[in-house]
Amino acid sequence: MNWGWLDRNLDTVLEDLSEHIQIALVSLLLGCLIAFPIGLIAYRWRAAYGPLLAITQVLYTVPSLALFVLLINAVGIGQTPVIIGLTIYSLVILVRNLVEGLRAVPPDVIDAATAMGFRQTRRLFAVELPIALPAVVAGLRLACVSNISLVSVGALIGTGGLGQLFIHGFQIDNPIEIWTGIVVTIALALALDLLIVGGGRLLTPWTRAVR
Amino acid sequence: MITLHDVTKRYPDGTVAVGNLCLEMPSGEITVLLGSSGCGKTTTLRMINRLIEPTSGKIELDGKDVGAVPVHELRRGIGYVIQQSGLFPHRTVAENIGVVPKLLGWDRKRQRARALELIELVGLDQNMADRFPSQLSGGQQQRVGVARALAADPPVLLMDEPFGAVDPVRRGALQHEFKRLQRDLGKTVVFVTHDVDEAVLLGDRIAIMEQGGLVAQFGPPEALLAQPASDFVAEFIGGTRGIKLLSLRPAHAVPYVELGAGGMQGWTVRTDDGGRPAAWVRPGAPDVPVEAVRPDGTLRDLLDSAIASPARAAVRVDEQGVLLGAVPFDTLEDHLPQPARTTAEA
Repeated sequence: MNWGWLDRNLDTVLEDLSEHIQIALVSLLLGCLIAFPIGLIAYRWRAAYGPLLAITQVLYTVPSLALFVLLINAVGIGQTPVIIGLTIYSLVILVRNLVEGLRAVPPDVIDAATAMGFRQTRRLFAVELPIALPAVVAGLRLACVSNISLVSVGALIGTGGLGQLFIHGFQIDNPIEIWTGIVVTIALALALDLLIVGGGRLLTPWTRAVR
Repeated sequence: MITLHDVTKRYPDGTVAVGNLCLEMPSGEITVLLGSSGCGKTTTLRMINRLIEPTSGKIELDGKDVGAVPVHELRRGIGYVIQQSGLFPHRTVAENIGVVPKLLGWDRKRQRARALELIELVGLDQNMADRFPSQLSGGQQQRVGVARALAADPPVLLMDEPFGAVDPVRRGALQHEFKRLQRDLGKTVVFVTHDVDEAVLLGDRIAIMEQGGLVAQFGPPEALLAQPASDFVAEFIGGTRGIKLLSLRPAHAVPYVELGAGGMQGWTVRTDDGGRPAAWVRPGAPDVPVEAVRPDGTLRDLLDSAIASPARAAVRVDEQGVLLGAVPFDTLEDHLPQPARTTAEA
């Protein structure tokens, strides 16, 4: 193993890492912004849930590399096609978890809230969404990990990120570069997952309350 | 007073849940809607706070049409307690109780103070204020549910089988405590149940409902038990009307005698250091546990106590549980209700 390589290329690795984080998180954020209204529509109008979920599922089945290539034709190369692709993929997870979380709110809780004089919007934000939060957090974790692994695929179409390390390392037969890519990707996924879990725990103390 | 004028609820499929219902529920009293499932009692209750809108007819609260007020304002003035408690799992006990005050714009301090006050009122410990509902037992959750309904001091309480999911032992305690609470609060209560004993215990008036929201009989519990208006009512109340009637007679109306040194038929009551009865004792016989009756007990409790006693005498205690005396069986017999006359008095 050529350990000196890591020493000489630390700046490149860190640059790839920051680009990787950027692409993954921007996609996650966009995914949330789009999934939120879609989820609410699917929750309020039950008939819309099936078709909306089906659309996101069909989009999810398109192979990532193919989707990226299609998107290059539409928006050109760079980060944009990967960000759009990852946003589309995260929708299926985010929408489903939001809707399932909201649907799992006990009917007697909604009934009591209504009977106490909550109007619909306030009830949604003060009662239904907070109770759905654990499911939403679970969705965020899945989408985040999935985004981090898919950013690497983007390296094949020339987007930055840690995926470049695998490709380049493979081309010049440099195992240390490949291993660096793998280890840093896994570490990143774990770190972001921990962040989301921690944030979720802070927001939902009631889920851990014990007698 | 809550008045229902010719209220009908018909669903799109043609089912009539409640048909042409007219009912007056007096202020400051508990009106029980009693019936088996599907008789329309819950529908009736939910039309009062407009969780269900009637198809036709009018419901008035103190003379004002409930349909004329914005629905969320109407509801903030009506307490609502349901079987599954409906507490917010993500809010603490104090926050749950403070829900309606918060909606009404009370400041935090006042919400908190009111919540603590109510926690005590419903018989819970103030150290429960910051727990989450999942940390409470079913009975405790129902108490919080009652506290929440009382938070903004609404004149009206709607209760839909509030103690139905609580285990039988705690249910009795909750019922008695609620009855005591209501004596002080004097709310206008509409109480839905399918439990005849609960209805008799709590109701100032009972409306027995048949399928389709028809009122089979409406009146004070004594009237329903002594003179059921129809076979349906008699059958619904069941075969122990006489016994149930006993639970409407207070125990304190029956005189007791002090237990002298000789006791009754050789039996005396041994008391503990606090003067509370511990057991019936007689030399040479095994001790028998005492079923003591407090001042808020009923004739039925006295009879039960007497049956459990080897001396065939009921044991009376005061509020603190201290022995007062005993009621011999023949005294009890003198206080049993007279059989109902078949013809009404002229």
